[in-house]
This record gives sequence, C-alpha cells and structure tokens, in this order.
Amino acid sequence: MTALQLTWFVLIGVLLCGYAILDGFDLGVGCWHLCGRDDKERRLFINAIGPVWDGNEVWLLTGGGALFAAFPPVYASVFSGFYLALMLVLVGLILRAAAIEFRSQVESPAWRQAWDVAFAVGSVLPALLFGVALGNVVRGLELDVGGNYVGGFFALLNPYALLVGLTGLAMFVVHGALFLAARLDGELQVRARGWASRSWVVFAALYVVTTGCTLATYVRGSLPLALTASSFGLLCIVTSGLLNRSGRDLAAFLASAATMLCIWGGVGATLFPNLLPASNDPLRSLTIASSSSSSGTLTVMLVVALVGMPLVIGYTAVVYRIFMRMPLTVDQGY
Amino acid sequence: MDAVLLARLQFALTIGFHFIFPPLTIGMAWVIVLMLGRARRSNDPFDQQLARFWIKIFTLSFAVGVATGITMEFQFGTNWANYSRFVGDIFGAPLAIEAVFTFFLESTFLGVLLFGEKRVSRNFYWLAAWLVALGSTLSAFWIIVANSWQQTPAGYEIVDGRAQLTSFVDVVFNPSTVPRFLHTFDAALISGSLAIAGMAAWMLLKRRHVELATRSLRLALLVTLVASLLQIGLGHAHALQVIHTQPVKFAAFEGMWETQDHAPLTLLGWPDAEAETTHFDVHIHPWVSIMAGLSPTTRVQGLKDFPRAERPPLLILFWSWRFMVGTVFVFLGISLLGLWLLRRNALVANRRFLWLLLLASPLPLLANEVGWIAAEVGRQPWAVWKLLRTDQAHSPVVPAGQIVLSIVLLCAVYALLFGVWIFVLRRKLLKGPDDVTSAAASAPPAEVTP
Repeated sequence: MTALQLTWFVLIGVLLCGYAILDGFDLGVGCWHLCGRDDKERRLFINAIGPVWDGNEVWLLTGGGALFAAFPPVYASVFSGFYLALMLVLVGLILRAAAIEFRSQVESPAWRQAWDVAFAVGSVLPALLFGVALGNVVRGLELDVGGNYVGGFFALLNPYALLVGLTGLAMFVVHGALFLAARLDGELQVRARGWASRSWVVFAALYVVTTGCTLATYVRGSLPLALTASSFGLLCIVTSGLLNRSGRDLAAFLASAATMLCIWGGVGATLFPNLLPASNDPLRSLTIASSSSSSGTLTVMLVVALVGMPLVIGYTAVVYRIFMRMPLTVDQGY
Repeated sequence: MDAVLLARLQFALTIGFHFIFPPLTIGMAWVIVLMLGRARRSNDPFDQQLARFWIKIFTLSFAVGVATGITMEFQFGTNWANYSRFVGDIFGAPLAIEAVFTFFLESTFLGVLLFGEKRVSRNFYWLAAWLVALGSTLSAFWIIVANSWQQTPAGYEIVDGRAQLTSFVDVVFNPSTVPRFLHTFDAALISGSLAIAGMAAWMLLKRRHVELATRSLRLALLVTLVASLLQIGLGHAHALQVIHTQPVKFAAFEGMWETQDHAPLTLLGWPDAEAETTHFDVHIHPWVSIMAGLSPTTRVQGLKDFPRAERPPLLILFWSWRFMVGTVFVFLGISLLGLWLLRRNALVANRRFLWLLLLASPLPLLANEVGWIAAEVGRQPWAVWKLLRTDQAHSPVVPAGQIVLSIVLLCAVYALLFGVWIFVLRRKLLKGPDDVTSAAASAPPAEVTP
C-alpha cells in the first residue's frame, strides 16, 4: 500500500463525512418537516435549508465520483450490489429535490400537503438507507472472485445493517433538529430544541448498541483506534446533548458534526485496510492496495482535490455566512 | 428481455430525460447573464425585473436537471459495473472533477440567485449569475470529456485487461472532446434561447406581460440567430472529426456503402442493412468528398469496409443525422424571420408566427436528443470504441427483475416530474413577474402570501 493510496482512503472518508455532516442536517430537517404545524412553519423549515441544500448534496456526488476515480472496483461492486436500495435512495433524493422546488409554487393545501409528504419520505428514505448500506459494508458482503456481490437483495436486510440504518436515521434526525434550533427563532426554536433533546436519547442509546456490536464483531483493522474513535464519538454525543439542554444551539450542532467525524474515523479504523470486506473469503476483499486506480490517476485526482476543495470550502463558507445571518422569512426563495 | 438490453433501456430512458434539462438551463443561464448585464448598464428597474422573472423560470428547470442528474452518476456503477471496472482509472476522474469544480459552483451560487437578491450587492449578484452559467458550462465540458473518451479513447494503455492512464492531458483533449463540446455547448445556447423565445411568444399569444415578453423575445432570438449560424460551422467541424476518427459511424450517417472519391451527399433514402444498399436515394455528387476534404477527389470510407458485426444500427443513424442537420436551418430561418418582424414592429400582432415560434421552441431539445442518439448509437456495438463491447460492460449480478422494477419506478417519478414541471411553468408564465418590492419583503411574514 502506497502513501498515495492511503491518502485516498482517507479522502474518500473525508468526502463522505462532509456529506453526512452537511446534507445530514437538511435530510434531518426533512425528517421533521411534517411536525411543522402549518404552512408557514413548513415553509420556514424549507427556507432554512433553501440556499444550501443543493450544494450539500453535491458532497455525495463528489464522494461517489471520487470513489469511482480512486477505487473503481469498489464503486462497481457497491453500486451494483446495492442496486435496488440505491434506486430507492435515488427516488427519495429526486422526490425531495422536486418537493423543495415545487411545493410553494401553488397555493393549494392539497398540493402542498402532497409535496410535504414527498419531502419527508424523500428525506427519511435516504437517511435510513445510507446507514443500511454502510452497515453491510462494515459487516462484509458475499463476493464472487470478480468482486461482484452475490448475496441477493434480502440478505442486505440483516439485523446488523438495519440497526446501523436506524442509528444513522436517528443521527440525522438529531442533527436536523439541532440545525433548526440554531437557525430558527422564538417558539419554533424552543420546539426544535425539544425535538433534539428527545431524539437525542434514542440516538445515544442506538449509538451505544451499534458501536458495541461493531467493536465486538466486525473490526478488521485496528481495534484500539476504533475504540478510541467511538469513545470520542460518545463524548461528542454527550457534549452535544448537554449543550442542547443549556440552549447553546450552534455549539450543540457543531458537536453533532464532530460526532460524525468520530464515527467516520471509527468506520475507517474498522474497515482498514479493506474498503469492501468479503464475508465469505477474506482473499476476495477489496482492499486499498488491490482496488485502487493507478498512481497516475490518484496523483491527478489529488491535485484536483488540493486545488478544488479549498476553493469549494472557501466559497461555501462565504455563502453560509451570508445566509445564516439573514433573518428567516417565508416570502423569499422557495 | 435480457439484463443487458434492460440496462441499456434504463440508461437511455434516464439519460434521455435528464438531457432535456442541462442544455436548456445552460443556454438560459447565458441569456440571463446577458439580461442582468443589460440591467446593470441601463439601470432600468424593468430590465432587472425581466431578469428576475427568467431566473425563476430557470431555477424550476434547473431543479429537474439536478434531481435527475444524480441518477446518472449512480448508474455507471449500478448498471455498468464491468464498464466501471474497465474504465475507472480514466473515466472516474472527469466525473469527480465535474463535481468538485462545477457542481459546487453552480449549486452554491444558484442559492445566491434564488435567495440573495436583497442580501448581496448587485455586483455579487451578477457574479453569481456568471458563476452559475460558467459552472453549468464547465460541467458540460467534463461530462463530454468522459463521453468523448468512450468515442475516441486516448492517453491510456491496457494493463491487466483494464484501461490505465498514461496521459491525463490526452484523455481530456482526446480527438473528439473539443469538437463535441463546442457543438453541444452551442446547441445548448440554441435550446435555452429558443425556449425563452417560445415561452415569450406564448405570453404574447395570451396577451400577458407584452412589454416583458417582447424585450425577452428580441434578446433570445438574437442569441438563437448567432448560435445557429455558429452551429453550421461547429456541426461541420464535428462531422469532420467523426469522418477521421470513427469512419464507420459517418458511413452509417450517410448510408454510404462503397469507399469512394467523388462521394455523394445523400439527401433522402432508405438504407437496407441486409441488402447492403440504400434504396430510393436522392443524392448529389460529390458533396461528401468536398465537405470531407475540400476536394471532389477526397476518398471517404463506406460501410462495406467494415465487418457487419462492427456496423452500428443503420436506420436510426441515417435518420437522426438528417433530422439534426435539418433543424439547424429551421432555427436559423425562424430567428431571422422573428428579428425582421420585430424590426418592423409586426411581431406582436403576427399570431401565426408566434404560434410557429411556440411550436418550434421544444425542437432544439428534440434535436439534442436525436443528436445524442446519433452519437451514442453510432458508437455501438462498443461501450468504449474498439476496446470494450457494450454486451460485456454490464453489471453481471443485477437480476433483470430488479432492472424492470427500477425502470417502472423511475419512469413513474420522471413522468410525475415532467407533468409538474410543465404545470408550474405554465402558471409562472401566466402570472408573470411577481412584484415583490422591498416594501413587501419587509412586511411581517404572516401577511405575505407565499
């Protein structure tokens, strides 16, 4: 394994973690959407994420593209292996994008109700399925010699993967509520705080169970590292919960983001040096060394990442500063 | 049906639907940049309002493009796993670069266009429009890089049965990248501008917002005219590249069987792959030779030079090629006529021409589809030209049933999306610009109708 390959293993993790943190909060807002009591509240939820959700989703496309470029066999095996699940994710993401765009265009309660449901379903579905997919990757897949997944659709719905799915969903739900608490004012903010602290209990419990199962069973890489990362993760969760209860919303949200960083660190330590472990035969596992692109491609991509990502982060920060400071109203945007 | 055919069908359907939107929005984005530029110069609030109105229309279409675009990036892996393994070292990079350098740009600054008019300075707003237009155009560039590499692979070597990068520059500027990008980008300008012209014509037919529609029409038709004129040259340049790099494809476009000098230009006919002849052909000597090499003695290869198994489906290519080439002259004629009528102040009253404009406005989108079919069907039987056959590129483990299910699911969602898009578009056009002035924006939220 070369340093370049290792760098890309880390970078893929960074991109997916960036996606989880950023699109995580707008998926989470979508999960709470139907808790908005009237049209105005729901409109505020959508406008809270309005200027930024699309950019957040690009992290997924970047992560997918980078995986394709850096580890093509992993991209091929995971995407064809999770075929049906990914189609459902797609349908969810499409419905969601359409709902955000079209919901407020027509002033009919039935129209808006329909898109509200589409937005919520389109948010819950990916938020759940990403975790299920991750659970299956951590658990390992049944692969043939060509690296193709041969276990069939229903084997993907195993208890462990479903547990990870629920944990992920709970994580996004908390994350979204914390974002709303940080972004909204007045009575809605108080309610969002309440949502965050109640869902936090569920998430914290699920996190302990899932992490316990993972550490006990599926660590192929470094147990000490995985243990450290998950302990820090737990620490962040507790911090986030405390901050939430003391009404420090932005700090609580950032602690929640830090939680995801720890979780991805833990996932990396668990998988290493595999990207896609084979559950039936370790020799068939797709590893960093066996499944990476050539060093030429990895170098080109590294240059792209080093030039491009600071730019992206720079202007994203500018736009966030503009929009997070502006008072939230229902009359502009979507 | 077998899984490969189903996978192709699904890919064709999803990309065919998606491909309505990017050219439309790329073209519209540049027209909007022009509109905002004029508003800056003239300082006329009406010009600003006009730009704001089209930005709303633009974002509606952009959203559908974004929503359906995610499918594309997933599908290489879901449907074409073997392809992804074979080309990943080359093909993934342009996709990732597209995301890093262009998707972020367009989506972030689209947020500014949508939400920022009153929050950011006028210059920053204008910059945002530029960046959205630039982002979407560069996005087209990178996806065309990837697709062109499938057509004319370069900068690689085959190592262990997989393509491996040897020169990134050669991959990016493979022989067909530049001609295909310019051709497609110019097609996008025609698509966006004629769409705006068509929508403006419809507003005039409905006698709504006459001043706004007329001003939009003038600018849009001007862009259509310039882009159509350019397209004659750019389309020709692309065709020349095909003659040199993919001669069998060009022979199929022309329905030409024998390799010959003084090669004829076939206007109409019915190519017959079995009999290896083109029935009822109407042709003029020696125009293909002249177009290919500026001389009647230029030799152009015919289909019989290539084994049957390597010839692409003939009828589709023959007719899609003719359709695409024909439409550019329609766009040229319509924009000329429209600008002439505008000059004589006779356009608003000329309902017949307005109808014509309305009916012609989706035609560039159709021409895009047909042109894309010509390009991709013309690549068959190869997924990567002469390197990987399409029937070896699929995902070996995805059952046909799951593909059928996903086709049904995606078709249902896309049909819904299309219906809603048209429905909302129609309402927006009838309603015209909403006069949300600063006074309304500062009113208590509850009193403002969303």
